Amino acid sequence: MLGDFELAEEVVQDSLVAALQKWPEQGIPDKPGAWLMTAARRRAIDILRRDKRYREKLALLERSVLAPEPAEADDRLRLIFTCCHPALSPEAQVALTLRAVVGFTTPEIASAFLVAEATVAQRIVRAKRKIVEAGIPYRVPEGDELAGRLDGVLSVLYLMFNEGYLSRGAEVAMRRDLADDALWLTGLVGTLMPDQPEVLGLLALMKLNLARSAARFDAAGEIVLLPDQDRGLWDHASIADAIALLDRAGAMKSTGPYQVQAAIAALHSEARSWQETDWHQIVLLYDALVRMADSPVVRLNRAVALGQFAGPQMALGEVNDLAIALGGYHLFHSTRAELLDQLGERALAREARQRALELCQNPAERSLLERKLRS
Amino acid sequence: MKYVLMFAGSVEDQEAWEKLPKDQLAAAYEHVNKWFDEHSKAGRIVGGAELKGPSSSTTVRIKNGKAIVTDGPFIEAKEIIGGFAIVDVKDLDEALALAKTWPGGGIVEVRPVVDHSND
Repeated sequence: MLGDFELAEEVVQDSLVAALQKWPEQGIPDKPGAWLMTAARRRAIDILRRDKRYREKLALLERSVLAPEPAEADDRLRLIFTCCHPALSPEAQVALTLRAVVGFTTPEIASAFLVAEATVAQRIVRAKRKIVEAGIPYRVPEGDELAGRLDGVLSVLYLMFNEGYLSRGAEVAMRRDLADDALWLTGLVGTLMPDQPEVLGLLALMKLNLARSAARFDAAGEIVLLPDQDRGLWDHASIADAIALLDRAGAMKSTGPYQVQAAIAALHSEARSWQETDWHQIVLLYDALVRMADSPVVRLNRAVALGQFAGPQMALGEVNDLAIALGGYHLFHSTRAELLDQLGERALAREARQRALELCQNPAERSLLERKLRS
Repeated sequence: MKYVLMFAGSVEDQEAWEKLPKDQLAAAYEHVNKWFDEHSKAGRIVGGAELKGPSSSTTVRIKNGKAIVTDGPFIEAKEIIGGFAIVDVKDLDEALALAKTWPGGGIVEVRPVVDHSND
């Protein structure tokens, strides 16, 4: 029972260790894919990239990531779906996926999520025990079950991505780049399940967000918000890639929340400035998103977009309606502060910003709030 | 693998169930009975029972060799267990798939049964 899962996970870990020990001495085998499953391979690529001697073999290795052999592809998907089984807690799903599929060590996961190593170790041990004791199967779900389970996998990937993306520029230098790993893993799922438009939607969404990376922080490491970003610094090639992915997803004629979010991000990416953004279209997309996956955060974003053509008073009304649901969320208060500023309500704006600061954890976002409070 | 599916619901659910008019209650039971019959015939359900309400429950606490009997369930909870089924299926996914088709509504907890056959 346990066999399959633990074996697969061990293969990831062991093959990596073995490869890193043997390859420098004996050279890379003809079929490196047989050696390394999943992103253990990716980590190997990172390490090999630093070494010029392996450049040729590297190309081989990268190709084999893109075109895995069928049996191997099945194995990887099985591993991903097992790690993301809804019978495991969301924290455990993320930790286990990073460990078993991406090849993170326990200390790496701990530093990525700013939790104690012992906590991560315990989470992983408990999750593995539950897989065995509860009889969680090592398989890719089929038929009616697949859509729901794939949603679960995608939400783990998105969580991983956001954790990395939002904390970028934070003062944790040893933090591994979770956002890049999440992008890679989503690309892998996309290669393994090419007929699933939501996977492509999520991939496009991640690429569009990452394409703005260079403009998100200024030289002093301070965060720069979307309206103030230098759009010339955006990675326009990557934006074009993402939009092509989104078109491919759209052609499959089965829309979903990730495709809609990516479409919103694409409209931002294509606009020449904040003012020239197609806000009307964005509000319509948020309306679609509310119908598919309603949440107070979606409504908050919709209100911001609405404010761009209906005015701050209207937006503030919509935002205030979310007070009960979002009272503990710093972006609710900082959004109110922005709108109150626009309405000339300086004192109320200050109060809201103060509240946002009390609730905000991320150092770069805190610094931005502090700057605005001083100005 | 064997699992127990525990069928639970809120106290209010239980009261509403007891107050159902006769014909509706009969119809609801028919769905439940059909579900049990169908899965029993297919070999997936190997046992189970419906339990009477918590007002009929009596608790025995054994401490230092002495047994104390008290009225009521052992734990005051918002949810109560109304019945259970013992199922024998391949893995958790099959047990969950079965639990999802439970016609009685409410909550179903799925717990694996300890297997002592290899002890």
